[in-house]
Amino acid sequence: MAIFLEIVVSLLLVLGSVVMLIGSIGLAKFPDYFTRLHAPTKASTLGVACILIASMIFFSVDLGHMDLKAALISMFLLITAPVAAHMLAKAGLHYKVSMKENTQNKHLAKKAYLHQRPDDK
Amino acid sequence: MLNYALLIACGLICCALALNAWRLIIGPTTPDRIIAVDTMYINCIALIILLGLYQGSSSYYESALLIALLGFVSTSAFCKYLLRGDIIE
Repeated sequence: MAIFLEIVVSLLLVLGSVVMLIGSIGLAKFPDYFTRLHAPTKASTLGVACILIASMIFFSVDLGHMDLKAALISMFLLITAPVAAHMLAKAGLHYKVSMKENTQNKHLAKKAYLHQRPDDK
Repeated sequence: MLNYALLIACGLICCALALNAWRLIIGPTTPDRIIAVDTMYINCIALIILLGLYQGSSSYYESALLIALLGFVSTSAFCKYLLRGDIIE
Protein backbone atom coordinates (compact mmCIF):
# COMPACT_ATOMS: atom_id res chain seq x y z
CA MET A 1 0.00 0.00 0.00
CA ALA A 2 1.38 3.38 -1.01
CA ILE A 3 2.61 5.53 1.84
CA PHE A 4 0.48 8.56 1.05
CA LEU A 5 -2.70 6.43 0.98
CA GLU A 6 -1.73 5.00 4.36
CA ILE A 7 -1.30 8.55 5.70
CA VAL A 8 -4.73 9.56 4.34
CA VAL A 9 -6.44 6.49 5.84
CA SER A 10 -4.73 6.99 9.23
CA LEU A 11 -5.64 10.69 9.34
CA LEU A 12 -9.29 9.94 8.49
CA LEU A 13 -9.45 7.23 11.17
CA VAL A 14 -8.01 9.46 13.90
CA LEU A 15 -10.11 12.46 12.82
CA GLY A 16 -13.31 10.40 12.83
CA SER A 17 -12.69 8.91 16.25
CA VAL A 18 -11.76 12.33 17.73
CA VAL A 19 -15.02 13.80 16.37
CA MET A 20 -17.02 10.90 17.85
CA LEU A 21 -15.30 11.39 21.21
CA ILE A 22 -16.20 15.11 21.10
CA GLY A 23 -19.84 14.20 20.48
CA SER A 24 -19.88 11.81 23.42
CA ILE A 25 -18.22 14.39 25.70
CA GLY A 26 -21.00 16.78 24.70
CA LEU A 27 -23.58 14.10 25.51
CA ALA A 28 -22.05 13.58 28.94
CA LYS A 29 -21.41 17.23 29.89
CA PHE A 30 -24.14 19.46 28.41
CA PRO A 31 -26.69 20.87 30.85
CA ASP A 32 -30.16 19.99 29.52
CA TYR A 33 -31.91 17.53 27.23
CA PHE A 34 -32.04 19.55 24.01
CA THR A 35 -28.37 20.56 24.11
CA ARG A 36 -27.50 16.94 24.84
CA LEU A 37 -29.56 15.97 21.78
CA HIS A 38 -27.62 18.48 19.69
CA ALA A 39 -24.12 17.18 20.38
CA PRO A 40 -24.02 13.49 19.38
CA THR A 41 -26.46 13.55 16.47
CA LYS A 42 -24.12 15.73 14.40
CA ALA A 43 -20.75 14.61 15.69
CA SER A 44 -21.34 10.87 15.62
CA THR A 45 -22.65 10.98 12.06
CA LEU A 46 -19.63 12.94 10.83
CA GLY A 47 -17.24 10.70 12.76
CA VAL A 48 -18.66 7.43 11.50
CA ALA A 49 -18.73 8.84 7.95
CA CYS A 50 -14.99 9.65 8.23
CA ILE A 51 -14.22 6.13 9.46
CA LEU A 52 -16.33 4.54 6.71
CA ILE A 53 -14.61 6.65 4.03
CA ALA A 54 -11.21 5.55 5.41
CA SER A 55 -12.36 1.91 5.29
CA MET A 56 -13.69 2.38 1.74
CA ILE A 57 -10.32 3.79 0.56
CA PHE A 58 -8.42 0.95 2.27
CA PHE A 59 -10.49 -1.87 0.81
CA SER A 60 -10.70 -0.26 -2.64
CA VAL A 61 -6.89 -0.25 -2.81
CA ASP A 62 -6.61 -3.66 -1.15
CA LEU A 63 -9.09 -5.49 -3.36
CA GLY A 64 -8.23 -3.61 -6.56
CA HIS A 65 -11.79 -2.50 -7.38
CA MET A 66 -14.26 0.00 -5.97
CA ASP A 67 -15.93 -1.16 -2.76
CA LEU A 68 -19.13 0.81 -2.27
CA LYS A 69 -20.65 -1.04 0.72
CA ALA A 70 -19.15 1.52 3.12
CA ALA A 71 -20.69 4.33 1.07
CA LEU A 72 -24.04 2.51 1.37
CA ILE A 73 -23.77 2.38 5.18
CA SER A 74 -22.74 6.04 5.47
CA MET A 75 -25.58 7.12 3.14
CA PHE A 76 -28.03 5.15 5.30
CA LEU A 77 -26.70 6.75 8.48
CA LEU A 78 -26.78 10.23 6.94
CA ILE A 79 -30.44 9.69 6.01
CA THR A 80 -31.66 8.10 9.26
CA ALA A 81 -29.77 10.19 11.86
CA PRO A 82 -31.83 13.40 11.32
CA VAL A 83 -35.08 11.40 11.35
CA ALA A 84 -34.13 9.74 14.64
CA ALA A 85 -33.07 13.13 16.11
CA HIS A 86 -36.41 14.66 15.06
CA MET A 87 -38.34 11.84 16.72
CA LEU A 88 -36.20 12.17 19.86
CA ALA A 89 -36.89 15.93 20.02
CA LYS A 90 -40.63 15.27 19.67
CA ALA A 91 -40.45 12.64 22.41
CA GLY A 92 -38.65 15.15 24.66
CA LEU A 93 -41.27 17.83 24.01
CA HIS A 94 -44.03 15.34 24.76
CA TYR A 95 -42.27 14.17 27.92
CA LYS A 96 -41.92 17.84 29.03
CA VAL A 97 -38.26 17.55 29.96
CA SER A 98 -36.91 20.62 31.75
CA MET A 99 -35.12 23.27 29.69
CA LYS A 100 -32.39 25.67 30.77
CA GLU A 101 -33.77 29.05 31.94
CA ASN A 102 -32.18 31.01 29.11
CA THR A 103 -33.67 28.85 26.33
CA GLN A 104 -35.21 31.18 23.75
CA ASN A 105 -38.84 30.92 22.52
CA LYS A 106 -39.94 28.49 25.22
CA HIS A 107 -43.59 29.33 24.60
CA LEU A 108 -43.37 27.66 21.16
CA ALA A 109 -42.66 24.23 22.65
CA LYS A 110 -46.29 23.19 23.12
CA LYS A 111 -47.30 24.52 19.70
CA ALA A 112 -44.40 22.73 18.07
CA TYR A 113 -45.56 19.48 19.61
CA LEU A 114 -49.17 19.99 18.56
CA HIS A 115 -48.19 20.74 14.90
CA GLN A 116 -49.75 24.22 15.03
CA ARG A 117 -48.40 27.30 13.33
CA PRO A 118 -47.24 29.94 15.85
CA ASP A 119 -50.08 32.35 14.96
CA ASP A 120 -52.86 29.72 15.16
CA LYS A 121 -55.03 29.71 18.21
CA MET B 1 1.49 3.51 10.93
CA LEU B 2 -1.95 2.16 10.14
CA ASN B 3 -1.67 -0.11 13.18
CA TYR B 4 -0.98 2.85 15.47
CA ALA B 5 -3.87 4.82 13.95
CA LEU B 6 -6.18 1.81 14.50
CA LEU B 7 -5.08 1.53 18.13
CA ILE B 8 -5.60 5.26 18.76
CA ALA B 9 -9.01 5.25 17.07
CA CYS B 10 -10.08 2.15 19.01
CA GLY B 11 -9.06 3.74 22.33
CA LEU B 12 -10.87 7.00 21.58
CA ILE B 13 -14.07 5.21 20.55
CA CYS B 14 -13.93 3.07 23.70
CA CYS B 15 -13.67 6.28 25.76
CA ALA B 16 -16.70 7.61 23.85
CA LEU B 17 -18.61 4.39 24.60
CA ALA B 18 -17.74 4.69 28.29
CA LEU B 19 -19.07 8.28 28.36
CA ASN B 20 -22.28 7.11 26.64
CA ALA B 21 -22.67 4.30 29.18
CA TRP B 22 -22.26 6.85 31.97
CA ARG B 23 -25.04 8.98 30.49
CA LEU B 24 -27.14 5.80 30.06
CA ILE B 25 -26.77 5.04 33.78
CA ILE B 26 -27.20 8.50 35.29
CA GLY B 27 -29.51 10.00 32.62
CA PRO B 28 -32.16 11.89 34.58
CA THR B 29 -35.03 11.20 32.15
CA THR B 30 -35.96 8.38 29.77
CA PRO B 31 -35.28 10.40 26.55
CA ASP B 32 -31.71 11.00 27.77
CA ARG B 33 -31.22 7.25 27.98
CA ILE B 34 -32.61 6.81 24.46
CA ILE B 35 -30.08 9.36 23.13
CA ALA B 36 -27.31 7.44 24.89
CA VAL B 37 -28.40 4.15 23.26
CA ASP B 38 -28.71 5.88 19.87
CA THR B 39 -25.14 7.19 20.14
CA MET B 40 -23.87 3.84 21.40
CA TYR B 41 -25.02 1.91 18.34
CA ILE B 42 -23.37 4.43 16.01
CA ASN B 43 -20.12 4.03 17.99
CA CYS B 44 -20.48 0.24 17.78
CA ILE B 45 -20.71 0.50 13.96
CA ALA B 46 -17.39 2.39 14.00
CA LEU B 47 -15.82 -0.27 16.26
CA ILE B 48 -16.94 -3.07 13.93
CA ILE B 49 -15.49 -1.23 10.91
CA LEU B 50 -12.21 -0.83 12.82
CA LEU B 51 -12.19 -4.59 13.56
CA GLY B 52 -12.69 -5.27 9.86
CA LEU B 53 -9.77 -2.96 9.00
CA TYR B 54 -7.60 -4.68 11.62
CA GLN B 55 -8.31 -8.15 10.26
CA GLY B 56 -8.22 -7.02 6.63
CA SER B 57 -11.61 -8.54 5.89
CA SER B 58 -14.41 -6.63 4.19
CA SER B 59 -17.14 -9.05 5.33
CA TYR B 60 -17.87 -6.99 8.46
CA TYR B 61 -19.86 -4.47 6.40
CA GLU B 62 -22.93 -6.69 6.49
CA SER B 63 -23.01 -6.75 10.29
CA ALA B 64 -22.46 -2.97 10.39
CA LEU B 65 -25.38 -2.48 8.00
CA LEU B 66 -27.59 -4.77 10.13
CA ILE B 67 -26.71 -2.83 13.28
CA ALA B 68 -27.48 0.47 11.51
CA LEU B 69 -30.89 -0.78 10.36
CA LEU B 70 -31.91 -2.33 13.69
CA GLY B 71 -30.61 0.66 15.65
CA PHE B 72 -32.73 3.08 13.66
CA VAL B 73 -35.79 0.86 14.01
CA SER B 74 -35.28 0.48 17.77
CA THR B 75 -34.79 4.24 18.28
CA SER B 76 -38.01 4.86 16.34
CA ALA B 77 -39.82 2.25 18.43
CA PHE B 78 -38.61 3.80 21.71
CA CYS B 79 -39.71 7.27 20.58
CA LYS B 80 -43.07 5.96 19.37
CA TYR B 81 -43.58 4.27 22.74
CA LEU B 82 -42.85 7.51 24.60
CA LEU B 83 -45.06 9.57 22.27
CA ARG B 84 -48.11 7.30 22.02
CA GLY B 85 -47.80 4.80 24.88
CA ASP B 86 -47.85 1.98 22.34
CA ILE B 87 -45.70 0.86 19.40
CA ILE B 88 -48.16 -0.74 16.97
CA GLU B 89 -51.63 0.74 17.24
